[in-house]
Amino acid sequence: MPHYLNVYQLKWLLLSLAVVLVSHVANLPVWVIAASATFGTWRYCIEKYQWPMPKAWQLLPITLLICIGIIFTFKGFFGRDASLSLLVVMCSLKLLETKTLRDYMLVIVLGYFLVGNLFLFNQTIATFLVSIPPLILLTATLINTSLPTIQSIQFSFKLACQLLLQAVPVMLILFVLFPRIPGPLWGLPQNANNAMSGLGDSLQFGNISNLTKNSAIAFRAQFKGAIPANNQLYWRGPVLWHQKNQNWTMSSAKIGLPLEKLTVQGAPIQYAITLEPHNRLWLLMLDMPTTIPQKAKLTHDYSVLADRPVRTRMRYEATSFNQYQLGTSLSEREKLLSLQINEGENPKTIELVKTWEHLSAADKINAALNLYRQQDFFYTLQPPRLSKNSVDDFLFNTKRGFCEHYATSFVYLMRAASVPARIVTGYQGGEFNPNGNYLIVRQSDAHAWAEVWLQDKGWVRVDPTAAVSPERIEFGISEALSNTDELPIMARKDYPWLKKAYLNWDSVNNGWNQWVLGYDDKKQLDFLKKLTGKGLNLQEMLIWMMAMIVLVMVATSYFLIKQNKTKLNPAQHLYARYLNQLKRTGLEPRSSEAALDFAQRAAAVLPNQKQLIIEIAQRYNALMYSASPKPELLDELAQRIKQLKIKTL
Amino acid sequence: MSVKLWPLIFLKRAWWQQWLRVSKSTQNIALLNARQIYILPTRWGLLYAVMLIALLIGSINYSLSLGFYVTFLLASLGNIAMLHTWRNLVHLQVAVLKANPVFAGDGTDVIFNISDTKNRPRYAITASFLENNHLTQNISANDSQLFPVPLATSKRGLHTLPRLTLNTQFPLNLLHAWAVIENPFQVLVYPKPSDLIEPQALSFDSSTQGGSQLNKGDEDFNGHKNYQFGDSPSRIDWKASSRSIGLFTKLYSGTGSSALWLDWEATIGEKEARISQLTRWVIDAQASQKIYGLKLPNIILQPSNTESHYHQALTALAMLD
Repeated sequence: MPHYLNVYQLKWLLLSLAVVLVSHVANLPVWVIAASATFGTWRYCIEKYQWPMPKAWQLLPITLLICIGIIFTFKGFFGRDASLSLLVVMCSLKLLETKTLRDYMLVIVLGYFLVGNLFLFNQTIATFLVSIPPLILLTATLINTSLPTIQSIQFSFKLACQLLLQAVPVMLILFVLFPRIPGPLWGLPQNANNAMSGLGDSLQFGNISNLTKNSAIAFRAQFKGAIPANNQLYWRGPVLWHQKNQNWTMSSAKIGLPLEKLTVQGAPIQYAITLEPHNRLWLLMLDMPTTIPQKAKLTHDYSVLADRPVRTRMRYEATSFNQYQLGTSLSEREKLLSLQINEGENPKTIELVKTWEHLSAADKINAALNLYRQQDFFYTLQPPRLSKNSVDDFLFNTKRGFCEHYATSFVYLMRAASVPARIVTGYQGGEFNPNGNYLIVRQSDAHAWAEVWLQDKGWVRVDPTAAVSPERIEFGISEALSNTDELPIMARKDYPWLKKAYLNWDSVNNGWNQWVLGYDDKKQLDFLKKLTGKGLNLQEMLIWMMAMIVLVMVATSYFLIKQNKTKLNPAQHLYARYLNQLKRTGLEPRSSEAALDFAQRAAAVLPNQKQLIIEIAQRYNALMYSASPKPELLDELAQRIKQLKIKTL
Repeated sequence: MSVKLWPLIFLKRAWWQQWLRVSKSTQNIALLNARQIYILPTRWGLLYAVMLIALLIGSINYSLSLGFYVTFLLASLGNIAMLHTWRNLVHLQVAVLKANPVFAGDGTDVIFNISDTKNRPRYAITASFLENNHLTQNISANDSQLFPVPLATSKRGLHTLPRLTLNTQFPLNLLHAWAVIENPFQVLVYPKPSDLIEPQALSFDSSTQGGSQLNKGDEDFNGHKNYQFGDSPSRIDWKASSRSIGLFTKLYSGTGSSALWLDWEATIGEKEARISQLTRWVIDAQASQKIYGLKLPNIILQPSNTESHYHQALTALAMLD
């Protein structure tokens, strides 16, 4: 005969599943939430109003409808989101045939699994906190299924909290010492990366200004020494060589240009970057990187690429020099590539640079920058749309734009004037967080600038945006724009207290990222090396892990066994103190001896205290064994025990 | 209520049982010590473990630190639950109070008194003889609880109790802890009464009843017989007994005028069938408030119709070799 469970247990189950559903609310389509809630309510009504349980033939069409709904909603694409939806809705449908212990246990275990799935979507501190209530409630539900009688709500809730708290030490040991295997074992959930933003591998008008409206963090940088000035913080991303229509792209990897020659001087800048996943290859580094992380590779134009797209937060250390000479000699091929422009476009611009023919390369640069400075160019995130001859339109007509406009028009001018030039994209600046002594670089710090090649000097960085809006480069984007511009609130300069609170919060987040989320195989080895002085190999790690777990378990079981001492009531407390006093004279009650019998014996040994000893025993007995002892008895007992003066024999 | 538990499947096998540490009772009281508690996951526990493995693999694959957190927390929870399940059973004191005699084939409740000795409440304690239905109850701290545990019987006689299994799945239903208790307590099983009601058995007339030549009434001393279980102590001839080895019971010849004699010789068939027949007669005679005596090959009970006489008669039948 199956073991049927009672209404009370069902209520717990429904409550805990409701909380699991709420925790997933952002990850599910509305109809899935509605359907799951409906099934749960239906199940409750079955119990409350004695409705019949639905038959299998009634559930079958519902199941089919749900499957069709899932296929339709996710357009047949069965990735992370679709499988979660399916699991949630099937779990709630299962409730409609949940009667026995077997069904309950299945649903609860599924509930735990769903809580684990929360972290496929994100792993913020908030999600961590959200995961706690469902875990407590599911555990309380489990406790209720194991009980033959109904206990109070507090009982199972308290016990669930106790059990989970007692589970924390071993959880921490496992978290720190369980050998972390670098993932992925097979693949990533197919739509796990759709929310990532970051630099693209090409530049089109609008690309970067879209990023600029995004306050998401691109990476955080921690410097070993002093942080360089803001105008030195050029975080190098992809270098764009090739113009096609209005689109600038990287040089093809097949071109196989040799690595440009880099000579550096001055002090090295050492720093560590925690890069948010962006699903691309680039690892951002300060101009110019000299040491790069293992497995990463350097392109000929000094972009650093990871060996596979960055899909999880990664931390790497690097060294850069901000005094350098890059690519002092330019090969014919490089020259050809860095002078390429579309033929027959932008006639006005071509016309303009013809007037610069007699100038040296350096003067041509100045001429171009003066163009931006002297005419009323304006830095804005909301530039007007440009026509097909975009450079002409920008330089002679709209004159309103953003770093990408300045960088592309500048490089176009240079190339038209026969000065080899290229666009570098990346990030510029960053926000210093004094709490954690690190720099926060956001998507809104995305930037584009130019590099021109000069004889004897090599590739020289020129930032035309600085000509128009020096504040952008000196102090960051919030200084370059009026507050009404569409910057995310965190990148703006008003609300200083809000910003301060945010910086505090961000340093907490950064710690979280570094120590909780970023705790991977490498970090684990580093941490254990720091902890033990020497590194631990896999075997030692496992031995330590097991040893510590055993230790904690032994301690916990000792604590559990020991825990329940009889709680003494006030009278017993006083009496125990009195017995302790008597102990000094060698008097101790025998196990079978009642309080009065003992008092007689004690009085015989201590005749001058006889009165007090008997009175104490009488009052103790009255307090302990009468149905409703008078409250003043306790005071009397305390008084007499105080009066008792026992000379040590 | 029956929860199929896979550990019990193993328990049913004799070869496994002999390896079990069993809590042996002294004077019908057993205290479960730490070494006598066994623990294994239930099938839900196994399901839970499979779920944890799935979470672990997912966490490794997607490098989810918080996935590791949930996996490890739940794994550790299972671990802690193990301690709690064990703790829920250990240091319980199990005493047999009584078991009413029963007719073979019927069930009886053996009353156990199970008490906590460690000042903590115990939850969901199940007591059962293997394969029988069982009873789950809570025990308050420093208190005891009566557990009437159903016992099925099949053979007459005095039987030692089978091993009692105490188990619990508290608090999470994921682990099953159990302990096996052996108890010297004996339960008396009366023979199964036959279904046949022989009409003459109920006849009153003593002259037509039984083939007995001796009239073993109460009145006249008629000699000695060897003491038999069930003989009244008042009839033991202590003087005669002291002269020789063994006890002698005095035999008297009664009037037998209105007594019904239920005689072994009057029954037919196999030994067990005869015993069944006599049992039936005893029951029926007692039910119709007759005064009846019982003649067995080795024992004769003088007619009476008291409750104790009834049980004496049934005991004699139960113990008949």
